Amino acid sequence: MTAAQKPIRQILTLHDTAYETAFTRKFANRKPHTPKDPRRLKAVIPGLVLQVLVQPGETVQPGQSLLILEAMKMQNHITAHDGATVKALHATPGDTVMKGQLLVEFE
Amino acid sequence: MEAFPSALLDLPVESCLMSLRKKMKDHATKHAEATGTHPEAARRQKAQGKRMARERIMAIVDQDSFHEYDLFVEHKCADFGMENKKLRGDGVITGTGTILGHPVAIFAQDFTVAGGSLGLAHARKITKIMDHAIKLGIPLIGINDSGGARIQEGVNSLAGYGEIFYRNTLASGVIPQISIILGPCAGGAVYSPALTDFVFVVDKISKMFITGPEVIKTVLGEEITMEDLGGARVQAELSGNAHFYAQSEAECFEQVKRLVTYIPWNNRKKAAPVSAIPSRSEVSLEAVIPAEANKPYDVRDVIRAVCDGSDFLEVQAMWAANIVVGFARMDGRTVGIVANQPMVLAGVLDVDSSDKAARFIRFCDAFDIPLVTFVDLPGYLPGVDQEHAGVIRHGAKLLYAYSEATVPKITVILRKAYGGGYIAMCSRHLGADFVFAWPCAEIAVMGPEGAANIIFKGEIAEAADPEAFRREKVREYTEKFASPYVAAANGHVDAVISPHQTRGFLLHALEISEGKSELRPARKHGVPPF
Repeated sequence: MTAAQKPIRQILTLHDTAYETAFTRKFANRKPHTPKDPRRLKAVIPGLVLQVLVQPGETVQPGQSLLILEAMKMQNHITAHDGATVKALHATPGDTVMKGQLLVEFE
Repeated sequence: MEAFPSALLDLPVESCLMSLRKKMKDHATKHAEATGTHPEAARRQKAQGKRMARERIMAIVDQDSFHEYDLFVEHKCADFGMENKKLRGDGVITGTGTILGHPVAIFAQDFTVAGGSLGLAHARKITKIMDHAIKLGIPLIGINDSGGARIQEGVNSLAGYGEIFYRNTLASGVIPQISIILGPCAGGAVYSPALTDFVFVVDKISKMFITGPEVIKTVLGEEITMEDLGGARVQAELSGNAHFYAQSEAECFEQVKRLVTYIPWNNRKKAAPVSAIPSRSEVSLEAVIPAEANKPYDVRDVIRAVCDGSDFLEVQAMWAANIVVGFARMDGRTVGIVANQPMVLAGVLDVDSSDKAARFIRFCDAFDIPLVTFVDLPGYLPGVDQEHAGVIRHGAKLLYAYSEATVPKITVILRKAYGGGYIAMCSRHLGADFVFAWPCAEIAVMGPEGAANIIFKGEIAEAADPEAFRREKVREYTEKFASPYVAAANGHVDAVISPHQTRGFLLHALEISEGKSELRPARKHGVPPF
């Protein structure tokens, strides 16, 4: 049992009461939440950039395809969530991108 | 029409006897060949610290109790050179036996035969023994050690998996199903264990995953070892896929045997009672709760102090350790225990602990095992990760499971029972038959600190000495609500009992609840928040 192996006591504060307890590995390793920046579009899956369909300065509509990313044996259209103007592109056809890698920046 | 071919009747007696002897001898040879092993494959299996499939079965069941069926089943695949390959038992051993006198149906995949790969004949041997187990009403034990689908058989192999999953689902809640992972269990194959009630894993031997390290590396570029991805430790501590973790196959088999003694053969039978013995615990229940409300203790000390012989079989001990679930006996009869664990994460409810307890409760309800709940929790775990991980729908599983259960439900509130957590932990409002509370119980919407800080927020800020005022208000709230007596005055608690009376109250409540029956509106089935 994990708790028995880790006698170190940690403090969990709930409703202004500080409880002495032990953390689970999952709780101890949880990542603090970082809000998503809508102006920075990142790859949700690693893959190969096949085509870039927009140019810097171009105004895009919500749902418009920005680029085609081949991943999981599919040609995935990466689309804009909101209407915005493209500020910079960080991917060119032939690039292999990692998960979380910045693809497009908006104004 | 002749009963016997006349040619046979003409043979001299000696000749008939010879033929009979030869048949007997041939059978012995055939049997020895079919139960034999490939020396090189056996050597590789043992080099990995793994036992042979047949040895595993023999180690689990009572001596001389195993009876094997379908030893001579052969595959019918005639593609990709399979027509020339004879596979012993088609890579799986099936049969019935007893464990400490309890009947079981058992199958063990044999990794030394074509990597334990699953073809249609292999699958049909498994589904046949499953059908037997369901009809006979006996527990099913599956030992998984397989490289996966037999690719040469194509869709027939997939059909085999599907037929197993279908029966796992039909058998769910009818007979207990136990899966022992003693080797790889990957891809679609892991869904059979996932559909069963208890999954056993062994350190360095068990490997479970949907997609392996190779595929993950190719598709996602992430590198991870098989052990870190889906080893025994990961399944027991992080994913919650496994219920029992052992260091060796021998330890694992002892765990399986122990579990079998606690559970019934099927949903129409009660778990076999054993002779009642008093608790052996030396722990004083009066002293188990620390004086300060924010100090931890091990709730298992309470469980061991009230159950027979202080024997408690904990289920999923390593995962979501902030809730404790498992089997114990009261007066010789099996009970299911659910208890908040103040020692881990202050005993809060969260996504994983709700999930863990809900599944366990549903097992107990399906197999007529009464539930005893020990409550000490400050509430739900706050956090963005919790909310985004769906603590609403996962938390709802616990409410659903408790409300749905019609077995005797007895709750003991040890210390804190705050807010939604109080309701969720088998409160009277979810249909508990008996609710007892210790004198140190605090049944309230939230802890006194938090409550006073909210109610008197304005006054505290304006007070001449805010801290002294705040402390005074905390004291007032504690006096008024941090006790079991408001709940008792409203009938939400049936009795406030001294800790040392706990075993006596539980034994009596369980005894008089034996004939409990509860009618529910007719329905096909409910729609739990899966």
